[in-house]
Order: sequence, then structure tokens, then C-alpha cells
Amino acid sequence: MPAEIYLNVAVGGLLTGLVYGLMALGLSVIFGVIRVVNFAHGEMMTIAMYIAVALFSAFKLDPLVMLVPIAAVLFALGYVMQAGLINPFINRPEHSQFMLLVAVALIMVNGLLIIFGPDARNVQTSYSFDSFQIGPLIVDATKVYAGAAAITVAAALFAFFRFSYLGQAIRACADNYTGALVVGLDVKRLYALTFGLGAACVGAAGAILVLIIDVTPPLGPAYTLLAFVIVITGGLGSMPGALLGGILIGMTEAMAGLFFTPSAKSMFAFGILVVVLLFRPQGIMGRKAA
Amino acid sequence: MIARMIEGVPLRGLLLSGVLLATLLAAPFFINDYLLTILIIILYFAYTGQAWNIMMGFAGQLSLGHALYVGLGAYTAAALYVHYGVSPWIGIFAAIPVAMIAGAFIGFLAFRFSVAGVYFAILTIAFAEFARVGFDHFTWVGGSSGFFLPVANYTENDLWNLRGKPIMFYYLILALTVLAFFICNFLLRSRIGYFWLAIREDEEAARALGIDVFRYKMYAVVLSAGLTSLAGVFFAFFYNNLFPEQVFHIARSIELILAPIIGGVGTLFGPILGAFLLTGLSETMHAILHAFGVDIPGAKQVFYGICLLFVVLLMPDGVWPWVARKLGITEKRS
Repeated sequence: MPAEIYLNVAVGGLLTGLVYGLMALGLSVIFGVIRVVNFAHGEMMTIAMYIAVALFSAFKLDPLVMLVPIAAVLFALGYVMQAGLINPFINRPEHSQFMLLVAVALIMVNGLLIIFGPDARNVQTSYSFDSFQIGPLIVDATKVYAGAAAITVAAALFAFFRFSYLGQAIRACADNYTGALVVGLDVKRLYALTFGLGAACVGAAGAILVLIIDVTPPLGPAYTLLAFVIVITGGLGSMPGALLGGILIGMTEAMAGLFFTPSAKSMFAFGILVVVLLFRPQGIMGRKAA
Repeated sequence: MIARMIEGVPLRGLLLSGVLLATLLAAPFFINDYLLTILIIILYFAYTGQAWNIMMGFAGQLSLGHALYVGLGAYTAAALYVHYGVSPWIGIFAAIPVAMIAGAFIGFLAFRFSVAGVYFAILTIAFAEFARVGFDHFTWVGGSSGFFLPVANYTENDLWNLRGKPIMFYYLILALTVLAFFICNFLLRSRIGYFWLAIREDEEAARALGIDVFRYKMYAVVLSAGLTSLAGVFFAFFYNNLFPEQVFHIARSIELILAPIIGGVGTLFGPILGAFLLTGLSETMHAILHAFGVDIPGAKQVFYGICLLFVVLLMPDGVWPWVARKLGITEKRS
């Protein structure tokens, strides 16, 4: 095989990995602040993907244009979930929180199955078959737009946490729960806001990812697992770690698809997870486990 | 030993257990094959729930990948039977060690490097998924196109090769469920059971008391894996077909832990009650929907989700402790 193929596949994997990273970023933000593992993460992404598909088939609205509205819908969903369901569970044992979200995930995935049926849906945009050529490198236009959109959303989130008052307040909650309460922060509301932001991230990722892959209901659990793999690899709770993990897993999957068979690609992702859990349980960018 | 098992159980509890067992023993003579199949499924979940409970309910290690042990047991026994004509009764002596070794491997890796809580749960999922994709490419046992046991229309039961009618499978799974119940009962009242409970409640404190935490966690994982693999052998010979996508899927792992969670994690009757409630209710709902001519794929899982949601929200300890109080046979909360 000529060397350009490897390069093309690597760049494709990198761009897809950025979208994975954005999805995982949502999970990481939620865990980093609320300390709850969102077991319905991939399911929430499939909801966003189906919204994008429905908007496209009904009104011909491009998913990238609809990115912000879709993220807003998911933000609302996340906010309500945290405020209504998860907040009372904050001090419950881990497995209890886990089961709560497993229940939510079950309902979501099968609700989608009932509404949309088991067939794969996709979005055919006018630029579906375009590509850019840079020297020997040929990249799908869709993936370039997808990667750019993912970076933009991630950058906006970084800026929010770094510079805005609310973002700083949320980070204060994450650093010191009791301290945040003492200085008078409404922690429950900030938690709801955080879950909403995490959900908005995954919503944006879903709107982007629908350009690259077809959506079916069982994709939800698969992407929940993928998000876990990425976040644990990168470091649970670390925002740059999530993006880095996404890129790593995206490129690994692409390479595994090229060297072996595409159907075995998730084995490599899980292989990386096992290695990371064993030798650096806190993840590549994670701080030493508390 | 028997005296110790019934120690502290109120007479009423013993009587009710006896009535339940007698009812289950007599049931096949009064119900049709459809209901019998449902009872088989219920007991299957009661059994696997009991096996899972050893890890989570007793030792406090959340496993979300128990489908791995079911699948390994199923594939080992089925492959020996199909390729070499080995009876499943011999096959279990391969199936159990295979699952135990897998459990020991996962346990060793995780507990050695003190991977715990959510991380441990995700590690167990990862191994189950790893096996799923692996078996998809494992052509000796059919790969992704499935592995089939020869079927015929049986007129009589061949217990040695487990070929036959539902009634044979019914008594088999009933025997397994009773066996698992007694094993768990015995474990819970033995030294090892108390060590597990100590580890579950506070690992640091248990270690400070001189309990070899690593070793007892390993015992829990290996025992649970071995017992679960028996359910896999049963699964293979009852359904006669195995698909990696089905057997190892995360949905199977979740399904398997619903009964003990709904019934009551860490209790002895919880998994049994949970299995009856869950399968009973979902089959009733299925029958009602069917009567109205609606068949919605996914409706059953949505129902599972709603049940789980209610139990987690309203009865965090499960349904069994509440039922036990009502019956006046409160099981010692362990």
C-alpha cells in the first residue's frame, strides 16, 4: 500500500477523533464536577442525532446549521435530568446512581427504537462527496467541517469555564463542595447547569457525528462505552484529556480498520482502555486519583 | 450445617419457603408449555441473579460484565458437545474452570492495581465487549454467524446430553436455583461471608482488621464467575443457538443484574423475587399488548427501564426487604 493511504486514514481518524473527543468532553465535565458517571451519555447523543436526522428530512436543515439549537435542546434535557432525577442521588452509593442512569439509558434507547424503528438513518448533504486535496493528502470535506465544528465547540466550552463567572463558580463546586456551599453558591443549580452543559456538548457532537455515520438506536450503548474508554484513557475529569483521548481512540480505530478488519476496531479501543486502567488508572492527563 | 442455615429464620419463613418450593415442584403438572417456558426464564434470572449477588451483594464489587461468564460457559460446553460429542455434564468441568480463570484474570488485574468502583465496573464491561468482538471472529465456534446445537423433535428426554422437552430443563434450572440459594445461604453465614460484608461496608477498615482483602475479593469473583458459567451451559442447551452479538452483549449483562437489584441487593430471596416480578410483569404486559394486536419492539425494555427507575427511586433497598416485613419474616439484613 502506498504511504499516502496511511496518512489519509490517519487524518480521517484524527478528525473523527475530535468529534469523539467533544462527546467525551461532555462526560468528563459531568464527572469532573458532579462526580456522577453519566451512563446514558451515548443514548443522549443518539437522541441528538435523531433530532438532526428528523430536522434534515423534514425541513432540509443542515445539521451543522442546527448545531446550536440541537445543543440547546439537549442542554434543557440535561438540566431537567439533573434537577429532577440525579440531584437527590448525589449522596447515594455509587451503584445506586449507576442504576438510575442505566434505567434512563434503557428507556431512551428503546424509546428511540419505538419511535424511529431499527433501520439506520443518515443525512445526505450537498457536500457529502466533496473532498479537499492538499498535496498527496485527500480528506473528506465532511470530516474537515466536523473536526472544525468540534474544535469550535470545545474552545467555547474552555473559554466559558476559564473566563465567565458561572464557569468559575462551577469549577469552585468541583474543587470544594463544602467550600462552595459556605460561600453561598447554589450548588444544586450549578450541578443542573453543568449536566446541561455536558449534555449540550454531547448534543453538538451528535449533530456533527450524524454527518459521518448512520444512526441506529443500538448506537447509544456503543457510544456510551466509547465515551468511557476515551475519558478514562484521557483522564476522568480532565478536559484536555478528553480531547486527547478522543483523538487517540479515533486514530486507533481508523488504523485498526486499515490493518485488520473494521469490525475488530473496538477491540483495540478496549485494549487501550485495559492497558491504561492497569498502568495509569488516572488516565494520561488525569491527576492522581483522589 | 443445616442447623446453622436455618438458625435465626422464623418458623413462618421456613414454612413459606417450603410452600414455595412445593408449588414450584408441582407447577409443571398444572400449566402449559408456554407458562412453563416463562417459569424457566424466571428461574434462569433468579439463578444468575444469585450468582451475581455474590460479587455485588456480598463483597460489594459491581460487575457489569457478567454476560462474559455466561457466554464463556455456554460456548465451552456447546463447542465440546458439537465438536467432540462430550456430554454437558462432563462439559461443565471445562466450562466452570474457563469462566473461573477469566474471572480470576479480571479480578487479579483490577484488585492488584486497586481498580475499584466505577472503574472496576467499566473494566468488566470492557472485557465482555472484548470477548464479544473476539468471538465474532472466532470461526471454530461459528463467528458472527452463530453457533448451533443440533435440534430435533424430541419425544423423550435425554438427560445425559440435555436434549429434550422443556419439563426437563425446568427441573434442571429449578435444581440449580435451589442449589445456588443454599450455597449463598451457607456462604453468608460462614466466615468468608462475614469477611465479604466487612469488605463491602468499608474496605479500609476490613484491611485494618487483618482481612486479606485481595484474597477474599478474588474468591468472590471466581465463585461468582463459576456459578454464572453454569447458567451459560444451561442457556446453550436450552436455546440451542449462540450468537456473540446476543450472548456477550452489554444488554445481557444489564438484564442479568436487574432481578437482584429490583429484589434487593445482598439478600437471599431478592434475586428470586426480582426475577418473578420482572419477568412476570413484562410477560403479562407482552400478553396484554399481544391481545390487542400490537407488537412493539423495545416496549419490554422500556418497561424494564421504568421498573428499574421506580425501584431505584422509591425502594433503594429493593422490594424484598419490604415484602419480608409485610410477611413478618424479616431476613437478617446483610
